[in-house]
Amino acid sequence: MDGIHDLGGKQGFGPVRHSPTAPVFHAPWEKRANALYSLAVRLGIFNMDEYRHAIERMEPRHYVAASYYERTLTSLATLCVEKGIVTREELERRAGGAFPLALPGAAGRSNVARREHFLPGDRVKVRRDHVPGHARMPAYIRGKQGVVVSESPAYPFPDAQAHGVQAADEPTFDVRFTTAELWPDSADQALVHVGVFQSYLERAA
Amino acid sequence: MRQAVAPVEKRVGAIQAVLEERGMKPGEFIVQATRLAEEKWVPQNGARVVAKAWTDAAFRQRLFDDGIAAVAELGIEMPRHHRKLVVLENTPTLHNVICCTLCSCTAFTVIGLPPDWYKDLEYRARVVRESRTVLKEMGLDLAPDIEIRVWDTTADTRYMVLPVQPPETMGWPEDRLAAIVTKDSMIGVARL
Repeated sequence: MDGIHDLGGKQGFGPVRHSPTAPVFHAPWEKRANALYSLAVRLGIFNMDEYRHAIERMEPRHYVAASYYERTLTSLATLCVEKGIVTREELERRAGGAFPLALPGAAGRSNVARREHFLPGDRVKVRRDHVPGHARMPAYIRGKQGVVVSESPAYPFPDAQAHGVQAADEPTFDVRFTTAELWPDSADQALVHVGVFQSYLERAA
Repeated sequence: MRQAVAPVEKRVGAIQAVLEERGMKPGEFIVQATRLAEEKWVPQNGARVVAKAWTDAAFRQRLFDDGIAAVAELGIEMPRHHRKLVVLENTPTLHNVICCTLCSCTAFTVIGLPPDWYKDLEYRARVVRESRTVLKEMGLDLAPDIEIRVWDTTADTRYMVLPVQPPETMGWPEDRLAAIVTKDSMIGVARL
């Protein structure tokens, strides 16, 4: 999904609001929201891929304005409604006000038909696919070339897992991109590594 | 007229009440989860890993070869879905930094849950494209000859940085070394 959450390389933001003693949580409700979504995953109400995708499906203004744990809460509530555990009306009645949820998304997909295996040192290119549903392909690597530096064990394929679609687990390859390739003449020089699923990759010419 | 959005605390209370009524025992789980987050999944875990890697060359190599198995030697577990831990070695001329541009993925059982800035829009958007500038703004001004490598955590492999051991700490015992290792240094926004 080419959603608002896909922030890598987006310009216009100000300084990172950092302190060396920065907290994880700012308030007790945040700890509760974090625990509640973890409980839901543990109980099998939804999986992590569905959880991430429900955050991505938040209306963009809501996504950008919300704090991190409000995004967690919104995803949890959205999935509980979508899975039939509770209605939105009941949530709003209990909360005493509106309870904005994420918007519906598109369908998922299974693994691509032709997947190749790569070795460290192979030059690869990220396929120019635009996935309507959940995908863990940041837009800043789409169509770009890089070099494989290592392989990871097979993981559940997010494009399918977030949508209840059947798929085989796929290895990911840590691909090294130069910032010159990603943002020509428009970036601080560095090597950027991204864990790319096998279905997102093809061999470079 | 649309009604106002309920305060976030009330919205958390609403969903918690629903889970309670469905028999899912959220209250108990909140207590357990809070304890895990505050006592078990802490940066002191990663600090012990770093201190041992600094003092034990064979362990250091095992850490690079199989991070999950190596941290398990120190009693540090990783969730089953994190199937690989990649330990990124900093050197005097190489600096690694970790992010998750799409959300907030972290090796949380090893280095602790992510700090607020890691999950904010600014860091996620900027660190991949303006790494040197962002690190400098955050207090880490790297010499021009230091190469920067950014690692975007997009799958379930997790990363941690192995900082360079400060020369003045050579010969220190492990527990004294562990005490100087910070979460920021294992994410890669600081050098020790």
